[in-house]
Amino acid sequence: MAHTVLNIQHTAKLARLKLTESEATKFHAQLSKILDYMSTLDAHDFSGIEPTAHAMPVYDVWRNDEPHQDFTNQQALANAPKQNAGQFLISRVVDE
Amino acid sequence: MSLASSTIAELRRHLLKKDITPTDILLDLQKSITQDHGTVGAYLSLDIESALKEAVNTDVTLPLGGIPLAIKDNINVIGQPCTCGSRFLNNSYTAPYDATCIQQLRSAGAIPFGRANMDEFAMGSSTENSALGVTRNPWDHDRIPGGSSGGSAAAVGGNLAIAALGSDTGGSIRQPAAFCSCVGLKPTYGRVSRYGLVAFASSLDQIGPLTKTVEDSAILLNYLCGKDKRDSTSLDASVPDFTTVLGKDIKGLKIGLPKEYFIDGIHAGIREKVDQAVRQLENLGAHIEEISLPHTDIAIATYYVLAPAEASANLSRFDGVRYGHRAENTSDVLDHYLTTRAEGFGPEVKRRILLGTYVLSSGYYDAYYVKAQKARTLIRKDFTDAFDNVDIILSPTTPAPPFKLGELRDDPLAMYLEDLCTIPANLAGLPALSLPCGFVSINGKDLPVGLQLIGKPLDEATLLKTAFAYEQSTTWHQRKPAH
Repeated sequence: MAHTVLNIQHTAKLARLKLTESEATKFHAQLSKILDYMSTLDAHDFSGIEPTAHAMPVYDVWRNDEPHQDFTNQQALANAPKQNAGQFLISRVVDE
Repeated sequence: MSLASSTIAELRRHLLKKDITPTDILLDLQKSITQDHGTVGAYLSLDIESALKEAVNTDVTLPLGGIPLAIKDNINVIGQPCTCGSRFLNNSYTAPYDATCIQQLRSAGAIPFGRANMDEFAMGSSTENSALGVTRNPWDHDRIPGGSSGGSAAAVGGNLAIAALGSDTGGSIRQPAAFCSCVGLKPTYGRVSRYGLVAFASSLDQIGPLTKTVEDSAILLNYLCGKDKRDSTSLDASVPDFTTVLGKDIKGLKIGLPKEYFIDGIHAGIREKVDQAVRQLENLGAHIEEISLPHTDIAIATYYVLAPAEASANLSRFDGVRYGHRAENTSDVLDHYLTTRAEGFGPEVKRRILLGTYVLSSGYYDAYYVKAQKARTLIRKDFTDAFDNVDIILSPTTPAPPFKLGELRDDPLAMYLEDLCTIPANLAGLPALSLPCGFVSINGKDLPVGLQLIGKPLDEATLLKTAFAYEQSTTWHQRKPAH
């Protein structure tokens, strides 16, 4: 499972993280070393083994569609860094 | 009598006899914390005023009536900050609700008091990844308290809290408990609702108690467990009174020592103390046998694929829109996300988000993520097979004593390898507990050693029974650090 190409800036963009050049260099070196270590997984044969997502059985849980009291608009907005007209303010996502 | 250094059980007896009031406890804690002058630095914030108000109205006849608890700063307490040790949430988030475990503890009379420092978003083993403050080991101020629940452990071990809550994703309750000489319990995955715990790796995270004694651990666990409709992974399992097993004998109990955990790299002093503890348990009537958990060698790699993968998804919620930091003057929506997150997260969090994003990305998903999920199947099966023959699995909690502040900060892989003994229980969802089993002397300082016990799913009772029997036959839990 050698990581043929660790394109750190591409990965950072996928992760929505802006990296400085010095950060990119440092993280590339550190993550390469960590990914090399992941090859210890190759010591075992996984053919025919089912993957485990949870240690305990997890099922879809359905609840009745009943109205209940939750956060008010004001409570939900209390931590918003920017708000307007009772709504979260986001950056423009459509062109003018 | 120092109230700050007392246990829950001791304080409850005094409260019921009306020797003391809940206010007395809070004021004594405040005095101890003030006298610490931030040297141990267990807390990120304290709200003494609101705690004192609650103390006046507390019904001391409730089971935890009047007991203040330090809370790791990733568990929501209404009206309090919940920074997760991150610049992202510092001064920009006030919890609008109580976590389920906090609601349950309040119903039992406990008073949340103080926000304990932690590695940023619980990612780390030393609390050095906190962006908001330094926490030192109460036994040696040049050394780390462990992590990520380092503030919780340092507060309890340093007598700056009666007891505390932490969270454990790969050892984050047990390892700092070992380093600060307290009892740390990670319950079975699903025992305690995660509602209100800021998610790191959802299939691994569990909330649990850090306490001065095994009895206190059992007392708190009674009020932490239970099915919660707001956490679909919480288990609908009956919750026994965990205190009823304390004092029962352990004659005939079968304890397995996994040979893969007793490797050459373990510090000689730790090995000696753990061997002594094994002999002590044998004297108490337990049967000891060597066992094998053959896939232990891939546990760390498995964990450091799965936990960052889950973290990279969980931390996508930090987008600078609904709460937390938001970058100013960004050019468009992509720049808003890129810059907000670059400014808000510290290096270890960025490292793990990058690692998690990479192992989930197109072309690498099967090679890393799916392979690690298969490895998890084998690691879990190791335990299922082992528990056919033994009741408890015993190991050191950590392979080495607490290291010096800064010693491993620039070598993340070396730091990750320290988690060898604690990670497998998270991957398998098993309950595990660390308790004091002695001290090793390094440069004239006595540093605590932790003994780890791992139990069958939902069998916290046997863990607590065994830990109590051992604890009561030793005096390690009575030693206090010099100030």
